[in-house]
Amino acid sequence: MPRIVSARKPRNLMYTLKRLFSYMGRHGFSLIAVALLVVISVVCNLAGTYMISPVIDSLVDGGGRQALVEGVLFTAVIYVIGVLAALGYSQIMAYASQKVVYDIRIDLFDHMQSLPLKYFDTHQHGDVMSYYTNDVDTISDALNNSFAAVIKNGIQIAGTMTMLLVLNWRLSLIVALSYIAMFMYVRHSARRSKQYYRKQQTSIGALDGYVQEMVAGQKVIKVFNHEKRNLEGFDERNAHLQAMGSAAQAYASTMIPAVVSISFLTYTIVSLCGGFMVLSDLTSLGALASYLVFVRQAAAPINQFTQQSNFLLSSLAGAERIFELVDMPQEVDEGTVTLKRTAEGWAWQDGDESIPLKGDVRFEDVTFSYEPGHPVLKNVSLYAKPGQKIAFVGSTGAGKTTMTNLINRFYDVDEGRITFDGIDVRRIRKRDLRSSLGMVLQDTHLFTGTIRENIRYGRLDATDEDVARAARIANADSFIRRLPDGYDTMVVSDGANLSSGQRQLLAIARAAVADPPVLILDEATSNIDTRTEDLIEKGMDHLMEGRTVFVIAHRLSTVRNADAIMVLEGGKIMERGDHDDLVAQRGRYYKLYTGMFELQ
Amino acid sequence: MKRIAQLFHLFGDYRRDLVIAALLVFVETCFELIIPTMMADLIDNGVAYADVEYMFLKGGQMALCAILALATGLTYARFAARAAYGWGANIRRAEYAGIQSYAFSNIDRYETSSLVTRLTSDVTVMQNAINNGLRPLVRAPVMCALGVFFSFTMNPELALVFLVITPLLGIVLFLIVRSVAPMYSRLQKTVDDLNGVVEENLRAVRTVKAFVRDEYEESKFEKVDKTLYHTATRTNSRAVLNLPMFQMAMYICVLCLMFFGGMMVLDGTLLVGQLTGFLSYVMQVLNSMMMLSNVFLLLTRSVASADRICQVLDEVPSLEERENPVRTVKDGGIVFDHVSFRYSEKAKENTLTDISLDIRPGSTLGILGGTGSGKSTLVQLIDRLYDVSEGRITVGGVDVRDYSLQTLRDAVAMVLQKNLLFSGTVRDNLRWGDEEADDETLWKACGMAGAAEFLHRFPAGLDTDLGQGGVNVSGGQKQRLCIARALLKKPKVLILDDSTSAVDTATEASIRNALDRLDGVTKIFIAQRISTVMGADLIAILDDGHLVATGTHDELIATSPIYQEIYRSQTKGGVL
Repeated sequence: MPRIVSARKPRNLMYTLKRLFSYMGRHGFSLIAVALLVVISVVCNLAGTYMISPVIDSLVDGGGRQALVEGVLFTAVIYVIGVLAALGYSQIMAYASQKVVYDIRIDLFDHMQSLPLKYFDTHQHGDVMSYYTNDVDTISDALNNSFAAVIKNGIQIAGTMTMLLVLNWRLSLIVALSYIAMFMYVRHSARRSKQYYRKQQTSIGALDGYVQEMVAGQKVIKVFNHEKRNLEGFDERNAHLQAMGSAAQAYASTMIPAVVSISFLTYTIVSLCGGFMVLSDLTSLGALASYLVFVRQAAAPINQFTQQSNFLLSSLAGAERIFELVDMPQEVDEGTVTLKRTAEGWAWQDGDESIPLKGDVRFEDVTFSYEPGHPVLKNVSLYAKPGQKIAFVGSTGAGKTTMTNLINRFYDVDEGRITFDGIDVRRIRKRDLRSSLGMVLQDTHLFTGTIRENIRYGRLDATDEDVARAARIANADSFIRRLPDGYDTMVVSDGANLSSGQRQLLAIARAAVADPPVLILDEATSNIDTRTEDLIEKGMDHLMEGRTVFVIAHRLSTVRNADAIMVLEGGKIMERGDHDDLVAQRGRYYKLYTGMFELQ
Repeated sequence: MKRIAQLFHLFGDYRRDLVIAALLVFVETCFELIIPTMMADLIDNGVAYADVEYMFLKGGQMALCAILALATGLTYARFAARAAYGWGANIRRAEYAGIQSYAFSNIDRYETSSLVTRLTSDVTVMQNAINNGLRPLVRAPVMCALGVFFSFTMNPELALVFLVITPLLGIVLFLIVRSVAPMYSRLQKTVDDLNGVVEENLRAVRTVKAFVRDEYEESKFEKVDKTLYHTATRTNSRAVLNLPMFQMAMYICVLCLMFFGGMMVLDGTLLVGQLTGFLSYVMQVLNSMMMLSNVFLLLTRSVASADRICQVLDEVPSLEERENPVRTVKDGGIVFDHVSFRYSEKAKENTLTDISLDIRPGSTLGILGGTGSGKSTLVQLIDRLYDVSEGRITVGGVDVRDYSLQTLRDAVAMVLQKNLLFSGTVRDNLRWGDEEADDETLWKACGMAGAAEFLHRFPAGLDTDLGQGGVNVSGGQKQRLCIARALLKKPKVLILDDSTSAVDTATEASIRNALDRLDGVTKIFIAQRISTVMGADLIAILDDGHLVATGTHDELIATSPIYQEIYRSQTKGGVL
């Protein structure tokens, strides 16, 4: 999304500034150096320009060649220092600003990793992405371009004003008046254009949404010959955006010409008045000449100061958003029970007590809601003995996924408790709890990298042989071998080069390499052909051997093999039992089984 | 730069605004430039001789110039904004119209998100190039040229200083811009990489958390972040050299002028007022060069966006209509005549190889086959969503390439596997099939597609708002609405590409019954479930792009081992 500068202003300016400064504070030396060098560069610039006056005056007063050479040489020294200082601060700033942005990005990402799943479930990806694409970017731009410029122009304005006052205080009153006029104009016009910018943002949003939807649905549009109608809809939104944007810009771009013209008017008035002062012997010709150069020079920093502080303000709005995220509470982990690998296998370490990991999971009277007042699970109790397969069946929104979200503590129960080998899951350290649970999700997400690396994601220290063994367990080995580069085939853009069935096989392999005692499976509903489905089914069967398994089932074969089937509806377990029991009951399950109900 | 020229054509009528805006900037700049000469006159001829009348004359002229500069500046703002946003709107429209004319094979080449950015952010970048770049781009050369000209008329000898310093500065700034430009595109690439890692992480957040891989992800991120840091630092430290270089040139100029000018004043060949006037010209000329180099840095960034936009504009739709196309479709009979197809010329293997099929008008064809066997591709050729590579397909006895696309696609209704509803009401969506359809017609179609049953339960009925992408209905309901939408086209051929997968078997059976009663409409079903195709007049089995068996259910169950295998596996297991 394009970002419009004046549309955003930070709410808590001082706090954000302080935070931003604390980042720069980590590079304390460079920050001080930059500030110092900026001051030196500005002072040299001013002093050099000031030197014009005595040098010229010395000519008029008959100082001769000697005085001229001395004056020029002296000015040259000042200028050299000035250039060196400018070189120094711009280079230091280029490094320091990138370092700050680098740190901010790391903090942002690290913090993001520690946020609870709820955050990701309630925020759109595009929104979160814009922290990186928009907000960090504006900070980087502002630090690169605006930070030094604002200091520089600020000092320059103050310095120029002082110089002007020293040189000729009477004329400086006129200049000050004109500065005030400029400032008022800029403020007024910024406010006017801000209203239009806001409208522009809204119409950009509307166009964006339309384009997003229509481009995604392009194939349907073609099938229905809908191109023309669709273009009309686009034109309408496009024209609206054009009108709003051009109105906003028309205001915004009057700013610079207006400021420039005001400064010229000032220039005129000042030279006229100055002329009269020379006539009345209130000042010298040389002083007036150098004074006028200062007046000319003064307009530029004011102009830049307004522009750059606008940039800086908008970047502070970005910084504020980032700090808000960084300040968000992390996923809490009060667990103390850890998971240890002992000679006999896995064991829970609860203080001094060691409990062997068996895979016994119980829900005791669990109630849960994502939003207060809308319970998704109501007083659910169930009991999975080690090695049992529990299948969840039910329509969308019945609470199947929620059940699995609670076991691995993506979310915490509101009432009741869930125990793992008799230990309340809230007492177990999250990392250990999750490591003991394998998950195969409905949508398999693959990462950029090779097939091997993607399987190894399940256990980072797995050897190539472990990976291959896991792939064989998952029945994925044969298709991987047939790929152009076998296990070293690169996965591109979330596995677009693999079919959904193949991706699922990889997800199974990934879980197999992790070798967890408890498995949570979410069967894919997507269109997978019978043969691949067969492979997946066998792979899953291998994987499930000897483990406690919770499976969100979409296939009859899966439920048939389950030790217990839970039919969920409206957050309650309506029926439970094995396949034969439930068919005999002639209830909901029976209807599902015979295809009289539709799922999803 | 060629790209920029290409985009320049899209100014269309707004070119006038652009030219006027540029002219206004030119005039404004001229006014500003005259002011210092007047000031020099005022001091040297007015103040020095105490000629008050002359002083007022010159002062008045200066004020007039300043006011005129203001007027032109304000008018410029209007025209420039019109030009920039008019241009932006034109570019967007051209891109969008281009996308509308794309064939499926063109669309396949782009990701949705990439097309959206090309339509939005990239255009904004171009717009901003005009908003921020036009003024300095006109001003800088004018100021530079006029500044040099005036200083020469004022004092040719002193102006020689310019001739030495300015080209030197020009070369240095040019070198900086040239070396930084390619670095920017590298920087952009690193930024994309970083965003890619974040996006991947966001998408897979459940996987990351389930496998407790936060630290692993953090180290991955740190790696790309570090690369970005290095690239950005290298690029920026080069780009900021601009400033000290410029300052140095300016200071050298000032010093030289002080020295040589001072000598001339001593010799009596130069007046003090001229010297100060001269100094302000120096500033102007050098400032203008600085401006130019900044604008070029800005433009190098927009070149990348221009490239991306032009790719969209240059994409040649890979389907063409022939001249005088056939505009009526006789019937729904379809013949595949030794059809082979591959998605691109470069593809090593055919997606479909040597398919021949004869589908009689009004009959029903069922297609079975594994993932990637080419089922969806096969039916998309009928609608000419892609063109055959070899062989030919006829609909109603005419080669599909001889029809106008509009005619062909009106006659062939297809429910795609990945079907979509759009934001708006149910009625809005259904009317995609038939814009004039009244409620009675809509309900009838919904009844056939099994959608009426749940629509009746919605309080708002046809006015139910579907939300973006039809999020307010379930998968099975969505599929049924898509079928209803296709039925409203009153097609001669109806293709359902695995379109009832989420519908329960009972509803599916009733939809099938309703569709069977559609006389004269050729029906093609692609399915995973054997029950969906069992009753078809003809069943085709595809494997790896080859047609391995055709026949009725009874024939196939007797002769085809593949069919037997599928049948067995589905009657034992099946899908809930």
